[in-house]
Amino acid sequence: MAELLSVRDLRVRFHRAPPGRYAVDGVSFSLEEGEILGLVGESGSGKTVTAMTVSGLLPRRQTQVSGSVILAGREILGSSEAQLRALQGSDLAVVFQEPMTSLNPVLRIGPQVEESLRFHTRLSAGERRQRALEAMAQAELPDPEALYRKYPHELSGGMLQRVMIAAAIVSRPKLLLADEPTTALDVTIQAQILALLKKLSLENHMAILFISHDLNVVRRLCRRVAVMQRGRLVETGTAEELFRAPREDYTRQLIAAIPTRERRLDV
Amino acid sequence: MRYAAKKLFTLIITLFIVSLLAFLAFQIIPGDPTTAMLGTQATPEARAELQAELGLDRPVPVRYWDWLTSFLTGDFGESYSYRLPVAGLLGEKLAITGVLILMAFLFTIVLSIPLGILAGSIRNPVLDKLMTALDQVVMSVPSFFLGILTCYLFGTLLRVFVPGDFVSYTQDWGAFLSYLILPALSIALPRVAMTVKMLRGSILEQLGEDYVRTARSRGLPRGEILRRHVLKNALLPVITFLAVSAAEIMTSSIIVEQVFTIPGVGRLLLSSISNRDFPVVQAIVVILAAWIVVVNLVADVLYQLADPRIRLR
Amino acid sequence: MNKKTKGNAFLYIGGASTLVMTVLILVGLVWTPYSPTEMDPSAMTCPPSLAHLLGTDNFGRDIFSRVLEGAGTSFLIAVCVVAIGCAAGTLMGALCGYYGGIPDLVLTRVCDAITAFPSFLLALVIVSVAGKGTYNVVLALGILFIPSFARVVRGEFARCRDLNYIRSARLMGVGDGRILFCHILPNTRAVLLPAITIGFNNAILSEASMSYLGIGIQPPQASLGSMLSDSQTYLGSAPWYALSVGGTMVLMILGFSLLSEGLQQRARRN
Repeated sequence: MAELLSVRDLRVRFHRAPPGRYAVDGVSFSLEEGEILGLVGESGSGKTVTAMTVSGLLPRRQTQVSGSVILAGREILGSSEAQLRALQGSDLAVVFQEPMTSLNPVLRIGPQVEESLRFHTRLSAGERRQRALEAMAQAELPDPEALYRKYPHELSGGMLQRVMIAAAIVSRPKLLLADEPTTALDVTIQAQILALLKKLSLENHMAILFISHDLNVVRRLCRRVAVMQRGRLVETGTAEELFRAPREDYTRQLIAAIPTRERRLDV
Repeated sequence: MRYAAKKLFTLIITLFIVSLLAFLAFQIIPGDPTTAMLGTQATPEARAELQAELGLDRPVPVRYWDWLTSFLTGDFGESYSYRLPVAGLLGEKLAITGVLILMAFLFTIVLSIPLGILAGSIRNPVLDKLMTALDQVVMSVPSFFLGILTCYLFGTLLRVFVPGDFVSYTQDWGAFLSYLILPALSIALPRVAMTVKMLRGSILEQLGEDYVRTARSRGLPRGEILRRHVLKNALLPVITFLAVSAAEIMTSSIIVEQVFTIPGVGRLLLSSISNRDFPVVQAIVVILAAWIVVVNLVADVLYQLADPRIRLR
Repeated sequence: MNKKTKGNAFLYIGGASTLVMTVLILVGLVWTPYSPTEMDPSAMTCPPSLAHLLGTDNFGRDIFSRVLEGAGTSFLIAVCVVAIGCAAGTLMGALCGYYGGIPDLVLTRVCDAITAFPSFLLALVIVSVAGKGTYNVVLALGILFIPSFARVVRGEFARCRDLNYIRSARLMGVGDGRILFCHILPNTRAVLLPAITIGFNNAILSEASMSYLGIGIQPPQASLGSMLSDSQTYLGSAPWYALSVGGTMVLMILGFSLLSEGLQQRARRN
């Protein structure tokens, strides 16, 4: 399989942070086409900053970034804003943690789902609509035609996250960044969304960088897992290896933090 | 529609209370208007006769009911000092003031929304501070002082405008409207500054929302994010703010009419207050209150149309 | 970081200019360079000079001295108006917010209705009924300022009523009066301070408007509004008169609005 994303020696420093403090400190990893990689760590470990850097959403004025992030053969860190925008919403899509606030409350669902097509393709309105409805159907949303005309506040959190996923896959991206997409949802809905992401990755041959603080969630979805602590990547391996024989204390602690009976099986 | 109906109902109640208060306020005053009209030397008989003529000898609830019903049919009573129907006195003046208020309101909307959007999208910190400072200063200039300043600038220095050279619309619409431009601007500018500040804050607040990050993740340029996503949300509170402005503009117009010697409702109101001509004051107050109530109703309906979250409630 | 210094800039500039104005006004109450009413026939309508900082008016009266006196009157009236509005409004808001019930419902509705109308218009009605003059202006404006304070304070009291530390104070047997004024009242400072500065501005503006229209402060007492009305007649021959009176008004209002802006930003950050 071909390499899709390659992050090499990524360092991110916020100008406001004290000297020597890096939010991301020398992180390297790579992701192949169609692969799902879990990025795990507690809050403040730098996993979200890593994802934001990859997605080009990091505020440039407030940060100092070094290293290299190559997505589909293109260097992201050196790109101009226009080049970045061309990438965002076509090859790259993001799903965020809070579906309730991540959609514009005064716009209908449909236009928001097809928005990236509007700016990155020359499709007609009818074609865009068709693609949006397909994406919504693929995201297992019931009755896409009716949902198309609804407003975000008329939908539940789980539904909204499916809408966000539909909006992300509508441009058939090669990489989906999922930043804690299930954290704000009920446990049952969480499982459904995870299954959906797995299905979409297989069907569309779409790689996913899945960020979570919850090792248990990550294990269900990802074959490979990277563990971050205080801005550094402390351990990488398959999910099974990590659970069976964690090399790092920190990983062990994260596993111990899982509050289910699975702990007994694994530790 | 149910929302609008409910809103309308509460507003009618408000108007009713306002009319009652406006009526009662003039019943509790110590001075009898007949004293002002006849002088202190009047005989009790003459006074009683006048009281009967003006209907002052009947009980208060009856008088309120009569006043209210005739008010609704367009009969605003008779002025004490002019001995003329109030409706006739008001007619032309109401039109003049109405045009002035509408013009000022129009200026406020037309100037403040583009300027506010500009202020909200400025990214240069120095320019942003300059604009904020200028905005704060303009906001602090009372409209009547602004009126005096424009009189001085355009009247005394530039000599392109003659203060007091008012022409009514009954003679010449063009001259009438062009005379009103400077007064309307004096009324509008402080409100423009306030609206700009409000809109700027609203835009900056919305730019920090999650949905803006979503839009950025789709690769939308900044201008498109503002236009497609932020503006609709940011303009919502401005609707309510403009309704408040409409009430303030009305107040300012009363004062600014005085600065530019415009023979509108404001001047009539002031002279009626001085003459204790209560039917006129009553009528003007209720009409102005109705204007505020109507503007608020319109703003509510507009808000409801613009915000899908309320529409469905 | 940026936001913090900016908020403080508002606070510092506003606070400094308010302080300077207040000191000038207080000095003006006891001492002015010339007597505000003294007419100097040899110096009629003089432009600003070292002898007369802001020039003289058509009677040869020193404008700087008159502005100081007028600003003093406006300032004192605003203080009284805000004091009435704030004291009565706080009391009303505290009781309504803490006890709730039907009186709260009724008073809240009435306050909402009153605040929907410009206080200036209502003050006009009151003055037309009660008559002109300083006393009536202060009373009319003071009464009309009650609702705006009551609303703000009510909200805070209603919010604090059910907080745990208030509940625990109640359980410990602390009396209602002590809870209201020693436990909750200090918490309202963050919302009350900006309300006071905004109210102060409104008071100055309303009084100036009324005096300008001739239904507020009556001559011979000087106030900025009535002086502005006077000065308008001499706009052609003595423009510095109107400019200094109006400019003083703008500075007073600007100082207070910056101060309230700074206070609000500080409250928002905490």
